[in-house]
Amino acid sequence: MDGMDGQRTERWTADQVLALAPDTSSREAGAGLAAAAHWSGTGSSGTAVWGSCAGSGGTPYQAVADTAGPAFGCSCPSRKVPCKHALALLLLWAGGEVGPAAHGGGRPDWVTEWLDARRAREEGTERGERGTSGGDREAARRRAERRAGRVAAGATELERRLADLLRGGLAGADREGYGWWEETAARMVDAQAPGLASRVRELGALAGSGGDWPSRLLEETALLHLLARGCLRQEALPGPLAATVRSRVGFTVDSAELLAGPTVRDRWLVLARHDTAEDRLTTRRTWLYGEAGGRTALLLSFGAAGRAPEPALQVGLGLDAELAFHPAARPLRAVLGPGHSAPLPGRVPPGVPVAAALDRYARAVAGDPWLDAWPVVLASVVPIPGGAGWQVADADGSDAVPVVAGGAGAGAGLWRLAAVSGGHPVTVFGELGHQGFRPFTAWAGTDTEPVPLTV
Amino acid sequence: MTTTWAELVGTALLGTGRRGGTPEELLDAAALAVARRRAGVRTAAAGARPATAPHDPRPPLPEAARRRLSLLLADRSAGGGGGSRRGAAPNLAELLPQWLAEADARGWAAPPELLPALLDAARARTDLRPDALALAGPRGLWLAELNADWRFALRAGAPGVVPDTGDPGAVRTLWEEGLFAERVALLARLRARDPVQALELLRSGWAAERAEDRLMFLDSLREGLSLQDEPFLEQALADRSRNVRATAAELLSALPGSALAARMAARARTCVAWDPTAGRIGVEAPYECDAAMERDGVVAIPPAGRGERSWWFGQVVDAAPLATWRERFGGRTPEEVIALPVADDWQADLHAAWCRAAVRQGDASWARALLGPAPAPSTAVSPVGDPAKLLSILPAPERAEWVARFIAAHGLSEAFQMLAVCAVPWAEPLGAAVVDALDIARDAGSYPWSFSGVMGLAERCMDPAEADRAAPLAAVPAESADTSPGAGAYWAEAFQRLVGTLRLRATMLAELA
Repeated sequence: MDGMDGQRTERWTADQVLALAPDTSSREAGAGLAAAAHWSGTGSSGTAVWGSCAGSGGTPYQAVADTAGPAFGCSCPSRKVPCKHALALLLLWAGGEVGPAAHGGGRPDWVTEWLDARRAREEGTERGERGTSGGDREAARRRAERRAGRVAAGATELERRLADLLRGGLAGADREGYGWWEETAARMVDAQAPGLASRVRELGALAGSGGDWPSRLLEETALLHLLARGCLRQEALPGPLAATVRSRVGFTVDSAELLAGPTVRDRWLVLARHDTAEDRLTTRRTWLYGEAGGRTALLLSFGAAGRAPEPALQVGLGLDAELAFHPAARPLRAVLGPGHSAPLPGRVPPGVPVAAALDRYARAVAGDPWLDAWPVVLASVVPIPGGAGWQVADADGSDAVPVVAGGAGAGAGLWRLAAVSGGHPVTVFGELGHQGFRPFTAWAGTDTEPVPLTV
Repeated sequence: MTTTWAELVGTALLGTGRRGGTPEELLDAAALAVARRRAGVRTAAAGARPATAPHDPRPPLPEAARRRLSLLLADRSAGGGGGSRRGAAPNLAELLPQWLAEADARGWAAPPELLPALLDAARARTDLRPDALALAGPRGLWLAELNADWRFALRAGAPGVVPDTGDPGAVRTLWEEGLFAERVALLARLRARDPVQALELLRSGWAAERAEDRLMFLDSLREGLSLQDEPFLEQALADRSRNVRATAAELLSALPGSALAARMAARARTCVAWDPTAGRIGVEAPYECDAAMERDGVVAIPPAGRGERSWWFGQVVDAAPLATWRERFGGRTPEEVIALPVADDWQADLHAAWCRAAVRQGDASWARALLGPAPAPSTAVSPVGDPAKLLSILPAPERAEWVARFIAAHGLSEAFQMLAVCAVPWAEPLGAAVVDALDIARDAGSYPWSFSGVMGLAERCMDPAEADRAAPLAAVPAESADTSPGAGAYWAEAFQRLVGTLRLRATMLAELA
């Protein structure tokens, strides 16, 4: 136990290591292998940690991790990154069971080779990103023009299709099956407008989905019409709103370009992290709160099947770093720029009562009508479990919002919220919108330890 | 635009072709209305708030232990892997019971955010319930009341559900109105605190209880059994239910000072006597099972294949106080009595009955005598009765010592039951004997899965401080001609898991300190 006190600040906790796992099974396999008995030749120097793990075969697997990336390598055949061996190695290291290598020559050759190869790759990528020549720029401009033309044609076609749909009436929409929606979505994909395509597909899922589906379908159809209109009349819109329209239609912004522009430096508290897996892609949302400026930011990152998206920022940490916000009517999405120091535990974020939080969503939606929800911190609220649906209510007063159900493991997360509260007021971060509140993280009373609700 | 939303939806459903207007006008109006509706979302009226959870005075778990619990619970929810070969990784689900017991003993409170997973674990595994619910504490019960899936927690008699046994009114109310499990739990707690009061409670409505309930309640008198229970038990010998009568008789025979024990002693003395001319014990088994014997719990009908007289004889002798024999055989010690020759073929019956009597009466000196010294390697393994049961009466160090010597002489194949009754963690000589025996089994060319039961026990029960003893065996040995093909790697894996589990347990327990 005395080893705990002497722990160096840059060493991670086991939680941080486990958060890197691409899925539950690697998480458990990693935890199972994190015993010194399985390992030999372990060591660390600088940001590198390495060791050999005895497997079922004859040759042990050589695993190495660079905690600065973080990046991982292993000689095992697993396609998962990090694999269970890399996880186990880092767990050992987190537990203080990997000693530093003897000064200088302690690092084995295979580790050095891996580190060098990785550094070379990184430098190569950076050069590739920066070295755009004048000729390339002209070609890129022409490509952008061609795409803008296609998207505009797509939006025009969408408008025509929507008009046809409304002329005939939505009453038949659920009977037509997915045919019309799928066909229209495919046309939008051809028109290089993925944002329009995915909205069309969501419309298709709404038709005949039970309850008051005609009302919901009309809402979303009208918003899609508004987006197509906005897309066709971009020049007439104020700059930020035009940027919002462009990003919702599916135009992307280059991160490096954004970071080259103005950035916001603050101590950013990691409010929540949530991964959603769709098809072969995992999307990670990380919400940050600027302790000095009071701004909330959303980082989006993606990982291919079996890989955990990066960065893996630990909920509750505070990072002194620069963010570049995507231009938008209500800027929220941002890119993480350079950090200025090692992350330290953050504070409990300040929050507002339920009514004030709804006002924030209202103001946001006035600027960006396509917003379904806005990130808010509710302070001094009590979760109210209910068979028909949960609520989150002000501890003092009678205001409440319904809790949005759904999503994998949402039930377990809500019970965790109730357990953390124990009927007492808590601080909760979540997304608040017209459908209700979706909690992501809770802080109990004066306790500064955040409790993730969605993992 | 004064059209209502409902009108817009109506038009959209039927189509502008029938309702008039253009689709563009309809969509424009709807888009404006949606933005207005969304920006104007109001708060709802709060429903009934849950009561606040009672304060839990226990200190919160240390950080490392909290993470450990989270991992142990996560492994459980993954379902664990079955199969005879479990790989080299420790089986975390098997460590959860030990972790929970230790955390309870240390008086920690469960972290609130892990309560749902803890309650789910207790729901799935009844063996975890007492410790898991104790750890969950008042907030766990508060939470369980809100979720129908966790209702079991309210019935399991966890502390907090059962009222303070010092409050006679609450005790009376629960006893009269509670669910069966709540009443059993109440009786057990009261019995541990005040045996006489528990007995009074039981007597109060005894005749009205259902037969299977009477049986369970009677069973709870084992705890703190004394002669003060005798009048009640004597009454129960006349119970309507045969099982209740049998249990009452068994409890009375465990009280050597009871009248039933004295009646049995008188019967036993007519059956067993010293025959001075032949220089051996003569046995005269009962010729009938009369009504008085049946009332004292002797079962008249033997199981198939068993002779009536030997069946009755066994029941009479195992219910008689063991002190009877010292007196009957001229003050001889148990060892001396057991060494006496027995006439005809009665020795096995007589010794088996003495074993059952020793277990029932908790008589360590007789158990020790009946077990004898651990048999030498050359002799066949034929201890009388059930050695595991006799061992369970001996003091823990003596038990471990005996089993260690047994294993050193005879290996592991017959040791599983005996190991299972040894106190955890195993005393040092026992751990050493088990590791040595496993090493010998490996060298003899056995496969490790023949020993998976003992391996699993060793992982859970060996003293974690002895991990180093097994560590050298975790290396993969070179294959030689006399080992089974591939067995070396499997053995190494099994030992790796043993060492890994022991080290993990050491860490786990240290985190809870």
